[in-house]
Amino acid sequence: MADLTAPPRESFRLSQLLYDARYRSLTIQVVAAILIMLLLVELVNNTVTNLAALGKDIDFGFLGTTAGYDINQQIIPFSSQDTHARAALVGILNTLLVAVLGCILATVIGVLAGVLRLSKNWLVARIMTVYVEAMRNTPLLIWIYIVFAVMTEATPLPRDFREGGSSSMIFWDSVAITNRGVYLPAPVWGAGSGIVVAIFLLSIAAIFVLRSYARKKQEQTGQQLPVLWMSLGLLIVPALLAFFVMGRPITLQYPELGGFNFEGGIQVRNSFIALWLALSLYTSAFIAEIVRSGILAVSKGQTEAAFALGIQPNRTMQLIILPQALRVIIPPLISQYLNLTKNSSLAIAVGYMDVRSTLGGITINQTGRELEGMLLLGLFYLITSLIISSLMNVYNSSVKLKER
Amino acid sequence: MKKSVFLGTLAVAGLAAGIASAQTTLEQVQARGTLLCGSNEGLAGFAAPDANGVWSGFDVSLCRAVATAVLGDPQAVEFVPLTSQTRFTALAAGEVDVLVRNSTWTFSRDTDLALDFVGVNYYDGQGFMVNTALGVSSATELDGATVCIQTGTTTELNLADFFRVNNISYEPVPVATNAEGQQQYLAGACDVYTTDVSGLAATRATFEDAASHVILPEIVSKEPLGPVVRHGDSEWGDIVRWTLNALIAAEEYGVTSANVRELAAAPTANPEINRLLGTEGELGAMIGLSNDWAVNVIAAVGNYGEVFEQNIGENTPVGLARGLNAQWTDGGLLYSPPFR
Repeated sequence: MADLTAPPRESFRLSQLLYDARYRSLTIQVVAAILIMLLLVELVNNTVTNLAALGKDIDFGFLGTTAGYDINQQIIPFSSQDTHARAALVGILNTLLVAVLGCILATVIGVLAGVLRLSKNWLVARIMTVYVEAMRNTPLLIWIYIVFAVMTEATPLPRDFREGGSSSMIFWDSVAITNRGVYLPAPVWGAGSGIVVAIFLLSIAAIFVLRSYARKKQEQTGQQLPVLWMSLGLLIVPALLAFFVMGRPITLQYPELGGFNFEGGIQVRNSFIALWLALSLYTSAFIAEIVRSGILAVSKGQTEAAFALGIQPNRTMQLIILPQALRVIIPPLISQYLNLTKNSSLAIAVGYMDVRSTLGGITINQTGRELEGMLLLGLFYLITSLIISSLMNVYNSSVKLKER
Repeated sequence: MKKSVFLGTLAVAGLAAGIASAQTTLEQVQARGTLLCGSNEGLAGFAAPDANGVWSGFDVSLCRAVATAVLGDPQAVEFVPLTSQTRFTALAAGEVDVLVRNSTWTFSRDTDLALDFVGVNYYDGQGFMVNTALGVSSATELDGATVCIQTGTTTELNLADFFRVNNISYEPVPVATNAEGQQQYLAGACDVYTTDVSGLAATRATFEDAASHVILPEIVSKEPLGPVVRHGDSEWGDIVRWTLNALIAAEEYGVTSANVRELAAAPTANPEINRLLGTEGELGAMIGLSNDWAVNVIAAVGNYGEVFEQNIGENTPVGLARGLNAQWTDGGLLYSPPFR
């Protein structure tokens, strides 16, 4: 009798790769991998061949040549005699500026709108519903155009601010809203202003120390310190004292009407305002929904338990609901931040000089290096997105459920 | 078996693609039956569609002339509106056969971009337009002004040079198209609009209050505008170049759309006219066209002078004088090499 539990071992046959379930998935994976590789090789080969046929090569040397064009919004100094690489850097900084400020404003508006949409007040909840649905169901580009059109068409010309003109500056002649942007007073750092700034930074550090001390004290004794008032006092009083002791070293330079435009002060251009507001409003609608889903994800029993313990509603939200909701909120929030950063490349629509407009626009056009420019542009957005998501992942792991 | 069929199909497809790209531009155009002409997205007098969607203008006429030379029909053109940023990429990628879009002939475009400028159909220069209410009479008074500028153009670079050399400051407002620049300028978002003088005149012609805008006297650059083709297909470049030359030569010899049929009926006393119109010699065959190609072109669109006067001349809203664009015999720069 043959042993039934030990079937005769067959030697490996080639057909087993296709007909034997043990090997088939391996076969399919190997074939798929080879096909993908072939496709990639063909893509690169095709690109190189076609570029050669057009008489072009792949060369990044253009980055070192003189740009020859000017950029209006510069965070670092730039002149038309600088290189294309520096123009790209100016654009990168402009992109990061609008992305960071956009993420902050979008989060603030989004959290407010999300919480208010859950309000028991019928009117407030409905208004927020309309806001969220109107924002997230229309294209972002339209909002950018709308804000830009309002800023350029509905605001006065700089020359209307002249004597006898139809417009005047607001906030005691310190702020001018024109169709070219908003002009704000700029701080002038005199001698000794470094000390004032240092004291201000120290008092911010002191606030953090105070908060951890207050938390420790509450955990040990149950006594609560008036943290908010003490923090506000710490923030303002020492810096203000230092400011007057040092003889008011920081002064404000007010914008003044020059030949064609306001001169002096800080100019916040309409293109920046349009892009910033539109990105923030649009993304905030998505963030509002994320916040709402996060709050709703926390079981109602948590709220009831908190109330049963006699905790007030606002502290229930702050201490019990939000910390649990954050676990649900953070991961989709990361992708909204990434979206906002990538959407900032729509800047070209209103002439905001981000990296898409400098490196991916004017530089490509003046040098004819489309492929190289677009590759660099893609690489920049890839790296930026990866950095943002890794930072947010670190934050996410700090708030996620700690399993013991 | 199936796999080999699949691979075979791939190979055949690849081969077919290779053959397709090996076709010359002339063969492609003739096979297609229409000429793909890259044009401005809308610049009054140069290239703009009318209420019925029919394109007309100074640059458009050159496209129609090439279409007539190659296909015998001035209407066999498909106009592809291109922005200043997309135009050269579109041409290099083969989306259009010829680009006639107020494009300035420069060294780097001709060499590094791997394009060929085949001639100049308008000698231009960059200027500045301001509202008369500003009281500015010279571009050197523009210190601190906000300037609207089309990105991706030579004017962008000239502007930077002009203000740097004169040591005055400005604030550039980049715009993507002429229409956007016009809208921003009229809204007062910029004090100055700068582009080629012909473009400024064409833009101003569409204003309701054209008289309250002035083009400043400074011309800050040389802007020879001309048709562009891809590098590497010299036969096609020759056709576009000599179509343009035919229009210029026709004006020089007094051949117009009205008298061209009559002059082409029999050899005239002027051998230059005879060779141009194909009543003497075989010039058409040398560039792969029929011998009466120039007759058809001139009959369809007129000579250079007629095209100029119809679209941008002094009796049109654009109102440009011939200036540099007069025949060399009249003190201008238009000079066609001889037809022989």
